[in-house]
Amino acid sequence: MRVRGKRLTPVVALLGLLSPAMAMADWTLNMSPGVTGTSNQIFSLHMTILWICVAIGVVVFGVMFWSILAHRKSQGHKPANFHENTVVEILWTIVPFAILVAMAIPATATLVEMYDTTDADLDIRVTGYQWKWQYEYVDQEFGYFSNLATPADQIRNRQNKGENYLLEVDNPLVIPVGQKVRFLLTSNDVIHSWWVPAFGVKKDAIPGFINEAWVKVEEPGTYRGQCTELCGKNHGFMPVVVEAVPQDEYDTWVADQKAAAEKERELTQKDWTMEELMARGEQTYQTTCASCHQPDGSGSPPAFPALKGSAIATGDVQGHLDIVVNGKSGTAMQAFGSQLSEVDLAAVVTFERNAWGNNTGDMVTPKQVLDFKNQQ
Amino acid sequence: MSAVADTHTQEHHHGPARGISRWLLTTNHKDIGTMYLVFSFAMFLLGGSMAMVIRAELFQPGLQIVEPEFFNQMTTMHGLIMVFGAVMPAFVGLANWMLPLMIGAPDMALPRMNNWSFWLLPCAFLILVSTLFMQGGAPNFGWTFYAPLSTTYGPPSTTFFIFAIHIMGVSSIMGAINVIATILNLRAPGMTLMKMPLFVWTWLITAFLLIAVMPVLAGVVTMMLMDINFGTSFFDASGGGDPVLFQHVFWFFGHPEVYIMILPAFGAISHIVSAFSRKSLFGYSSMVYAVGAIALLSFIVWAHHMFTVGVPLAGQLFFMYATLLIAVPTGVKVFNWVTTMFRGSLSFEAPMLFAVAFIVLFTIGGFSGLMLAIAPADFQYHDTYFVVAHFHYVLVPGAIFGIFAAAYFWLPKWTGHMYDETLAKTHFWMSFVGMNLAFFPMHFLGLAGMPRRIPDYALQFADFNMVSSIGAFMFGATQLLFLFIVVKCVRGGEKAPAKPWDGAEGLEWTLPSPAPYHTFETPPEIK
Amino acid sequence: MADNQSYYVPEQSKWPIVATVGLGVTLYGVASILVNGNQGESTTASWVMFFVGALIMAYMLFGWFGSVIREGRAGLYSDQMDRSFRWGMGWFIFSEVMFFAAFFGALFYVRMFAVPWLGGEGDRGSSSMLWEGFNATWPLIQNPDPEAFPGPSEVVGPWGLPLINTILLVSSSFTITVAHHALKADNRQKLKLWLGLTIALGLAFLVLQAEEYVHAYQELQLTLDSGIYGSTFFMLTGFHGAHVTLGTLMLIIMLVRIFKGHFTADSHFGFEAAAWYWHFVDVVWLGLFVFVYIL
Ligand code: HEA
Ligand code: HEA
Ligand code: HEC
Ligand code: CUA
Ligand SMILES: [Cu+2]
Repeated sequence: MRVRGKRLTPVVALLGLLSPAMAMADWTLNMSPGVTGTSNQIFSLHMTILWICVAIGVVVFGVMFWSILAHRKSQGHKPANFHENTVVEILWTIVPFAILVAMAIPATATLVEMYDTTDADLDIRVTGYQWKWQYEYVDQEFGYFSNLATPADQIRNRQNKGENYLLEVDNPLVIPVGQKVRFLLTSNDVIHSWWVPAFGVKKDAIPGFINEAWVKVEEPGTYRGQCTELCGKNHGFMPVVVEAVPQDEYDTWVADQKAAAEKERELTQKDWTMEELMARGEQTYQTTCASCHQPDGSGSPPAFPALKGSAIATGDVQGHLDIVVNGKSGTAMQAFGSQLSEVDLAAVVTFERNAWGNNTGDMVTPKQVLDFKNQQ
Repeated sequence: MSAVADTHTQEHHHGPARGISRWLLTTNHKDIGTMYLVFSFAMFLLGGSMAMVIRAELFQPGLQIVEPEFFNQMTTMHGLIMVFGAVMPAFVGLANWMLPLMIGAPDMALPRMNNWSFWLLPCAFLILVSTLFMQGGAPNFGWTFYAPLSTTYGPPSTTFFIFAIHIMGVSSIMGAINVIATILNLRAPGMTLMKMPLFVWTWLITAFLLIAVMPVLAGVVTMMLMDINFGTSFFDASGGGDPVLFQHVFWFFGHPEVYIMILPAFGAISHIVSAFSRKSLFGYSSMVYAVGAIALLSFIVWAHHMFTVGVPLAGQLFFMYATLLIAVPTGVKVFNWVTTMFRGSLSFEAPMLFAVAFIVLFTIGGFSGLMLAIAPADFQYHDTYFVVAHFHYVLVPGAIFGIFAAAYFWLPKWTGHMYDETLAKTHFWMSFVGMNLAFFPMHFLGLAGMPRRIPDYALQFADFNMVSSIGAFMFGATQLLFLFIVVKCVRGGEKAPAKPWDGAEGLEWTLPSPAPYHTFETPPEIK
Repeated sequence: MADNQSYYVPEQSKWPIVATVGLGVTLYGVASILVNGNQGESTTASWVMFFVGALIMAYMLFGWFGSVIREGRAGLYSDQMDRSFRWGMGWFIFSEVMFFAAFFGALFYVRMFAVPWLGGEGDRGSSSMLWEGFNATWPLIQNPDPEAFPGPSEVVGPWGLPLINTILLVSSSFTITVAHHALKADNRQKLKLWLGLTIALGLAFLVLQAEEYVHAYQELQLTLDSGIYGSTFFMLTGFHGAHVTLGTLMLIIMLVRIFKGHFTADSHFGFEAAAWYWHFVDVVWLGLFVFVYIL
């Protein structure tokens, strides 16, 4: 008992030191079990190994601290003279081995289940981009992007941070509860990794390849996670938010999405004014482009060129449209032609040509963008 | 030709040359060892300062002092500098100093090459550090430099980084060849393999690992070089390659690499534990076999770093089982150390304090490693601060404490003076507290879901990050004390006897302290 | 170990530091050639740097090996020293083996996993959704994205030049062994003849290899940037070719030394090291022939 007491003192002291703060703050110590079968299995694996390790630790460190306390030179202890024993060597090879086998069995079962992506009710393609996620509902034929929604002012400490600081997006992924949803994960540029802790799902999104993962959520709710593979400067700023909703709610949502997409298409035909385009362009710019080119268009050269005063953004409209619609392969500048609607493309190009002192006065209409795309 | 013969006749009987040429041109293993150790400590301070930048930025949520891009450069350079600049050279330095003394050799087997191995390192790090000042900044893709972030999307300085890695590789390979040739060929008569001190054994096996995997690292950076500059498509699916190929080749190097960073520490700790227990090491031969087993297993576990990349199920299971197996020989080592202490006559001078902390804290790091090895659970741990906690527990109280322990243990032999025991104990306790404060909370952060390599985080992670930063500052500041202790010890202090530790065994303690410039010109006889 | 000769520890030497500066300057030069070139900036200064570095390296090689040779001939090296050199060379060759292992590993991985997955087979077969119209074959003629990486029009058959090259290299391994036996029998005339023959075979190999590259580039459109088949092909054969060049150079130096009267029947480690290296290069080629050309 003496031994254990000694071991615990620093821990207790540390906890004591922190306890006033603990009352008010978030001192989560452990993994949370999550809301899916998989995540619960992982949690119980985690706890099992943890306790096994603690138990081994108590035994090993127990013996060690016993020696430290009882067999000190300062207490006049004389050294014993043994230095070999084949029996104990064999014993402490076999016993840990047996423990490991015992740990490997449930782990194997869980893993096999995690890998079973067959018989899914719904397929969603998840594509990582620098630095946002695209969700495509493969069977329903629609999709959208999901960007960080936390304002730059909060990140730059000019505004108080909100409750879901860095874990909020403009368009969350929506899935129905009680259905087996299969994710087809890939990436458009570098490797990202899609993680929702509460689901126990983390899988890398690799450019050119598709990885599969699945989830079946029983409990409606909002679940948050983050990109977990270093993917460039804004790796810390590409959260994942999933809303699990009851089936009927999901169905209405799908219908709404389709209707909205239709409306968006109609907007292309509308006659736009400069003001409207600038306003919409600014919005699009801030959500889509500012992460690289900065909110004030200054970029961070040489990796990300400034658009303020840029030769392309103040030069020929076709050249400007070309780089925005087609991107530039081999650089972070993506082909936005397939990511944004004609309206947004027109708006953002108009915006860039007239903001921050880029006073070209040009107005690019959605129809022009459509024509440009059709030419190709 | 006659000039050569001339120098030969004089060379055995004078001390070191004077001035800078002593260091630039030396072929003496002790000088080279010293240079390695000094270089490594300088790199530790540099890499540590970068860690301080990281911890300062993470002190609070929000972006305060650095931009995300620079933060990534700091993380990358911190990892690279610590691994290749601080830990590996420190062990090579210890090897240079101690191997010839421990096996009764006059010097390293290939002394000129030895000098070259050393000087390549400052050259490599000069290039690496110079990338910080290049257009587009230093490498920012993590010390694991995964493609395509490091190839298609890497900064222009990546090419310089690649050549720096090449030079480091050449240096390590030549250093390792030298170690193997020395150990296999220059042992004093009568010192059979199974009589070699454990530090020598662990280094023999480490050197083997180095020669086996450094060329693979060279191979993978060469493929990067080709992808970046010559249009190949090794890591690009549109040409039929695969980004994951990069990871396989990298980790085939990377996993043995982590054992390269711990095995020599195992060796040194074995000597220290036995010396301060005044009892010979328990289970010498199983210790040797365990190190061999760890080294062999280390070649077949690499994909445990890649559990989430979509390795097929069979592969996943294989790598999980193989990884779990490594706990067995490592456990054998831990149990043997503890049994060595058991019923000994223990005293706790600084080397022993560091050694005991090593055993406890490394084991904790090993336990978290084992948790990571459980593939399904790793889906939750991977790329979170839980991993960061794991590897700092095996690296800081593992590799770094191992190096501190060895340094205190052998400082009297190197300098001829005893170090200041009170200061050294202070160094230990401050390091111990600071280190645990810095890295233990990272377990909690990881389990709560904080990803690694991020400059800013959600609010629920704020409190532990602050604790961690405070601990890190404390640990960092304490290292300046170590510098002070060493300088003080070099410049003076109580004269050290030939064998300052009554329980120590081995040839090195038969020499006077400080060890003369040339030793064992005629090999000693081992009974 | 029991011999009582003292172990030779050379005096201070300037060569290591010269070598460091040489290597550093050379590689810094290469890196800036590449980086400045990619950014469309002038590379003149970088080239100068590269050549200066290369000159320093050449100076160092002559100087360093020169002093080793002088010391060896002055009889400063004991048998024990000789063994150190042997261990050194042996482990160096092992490191080279591992270097090639990385590229062979890449080749096997791509063939067994990556390409089939891209074509729709196996565990990650759903990846083929991203590459419409892509067919997994090996050698890969049509790449997943033929626009970014236009594939070669044809592959290199094994039974033409490669087969001749195989015969050349294998027989050169034989001729060098004959030369070695001649050296041991102190038959210098025979030694010169067979070593000369070995070098000739090595050079012939290199010439044919160069011809094959020209053919690949000009007629087959098989290039470094023609996708993964070209990447692995040139990486493996290219590094092998570089090693043959190095090996041939070593042999030429040995021949020069033999003409100068170096080496004796029982002390000729320099020659043996070059011969080991040559055998290693030969074995790598056999691996190449089987895995790159035939299979
Ligand atoms: C010195 C360095 C070192 C050492 C020794 C180790 C040792 C081990 N490591 Fe660690 N590891 C790293 C350095 C190291 N590691 C680094 C740097 C990374 C991150 C790289 C990166 O991504 O940047 C990493 C990452 C890492 C991962 C990947 C995590 C991820 O990215 O998701 C895994 C997964 O399996 C792992 C496992 C292990 C295991 C099983 C051991 C084992 O060797 C541990 C064995 C020891 C023990 C188990 C304790 C003692 C044993 C007993 C007392 C016996 C009885 C015990 C039992 C039967 C339970 N390590
Ligand atoms: C042997 C290897 C080693 C060592 C010793 C350390 C030491 C430390 N590491 Fe290490 N670390 C790695 C290897 C190592 N690390 C690796 C491989 C990574 C992964 C990189 C990647 O993701 O790519 C990593 C990543 C990493 C991260 C995660 C970064 C991220 O994910 O973004 C953090 C965060 O806290 C961190 C902190 C520290 C700290 C505080 C120390 C401290 O122990 C350092 C203490 C030392 C000093 C501070 C120097 C001495 C003091 C001075 C110079 C005086 C100045 C002092 C003050 C101003 C207080 N490290
Ligand atoms: C992930 C980073 C990223 C995002 C997001 C991004 N860009 Fe870019 N952009 C780049 C990079 C990198 C370049 C430089 C490409 C090159 O090397 O020519 C670039 C270049 C440009 C240029 C040419 C500037 C010049 O002078 O060369 C324009 C115009 C441009 N982007 C517009 C946009 C618009 C509009 C958006 C949003 C709809 C956007 N970018 C979003 C990274 C990005
Ligand atoms: Cu996307 Cu990290
Ligand atoms: Cu590992």
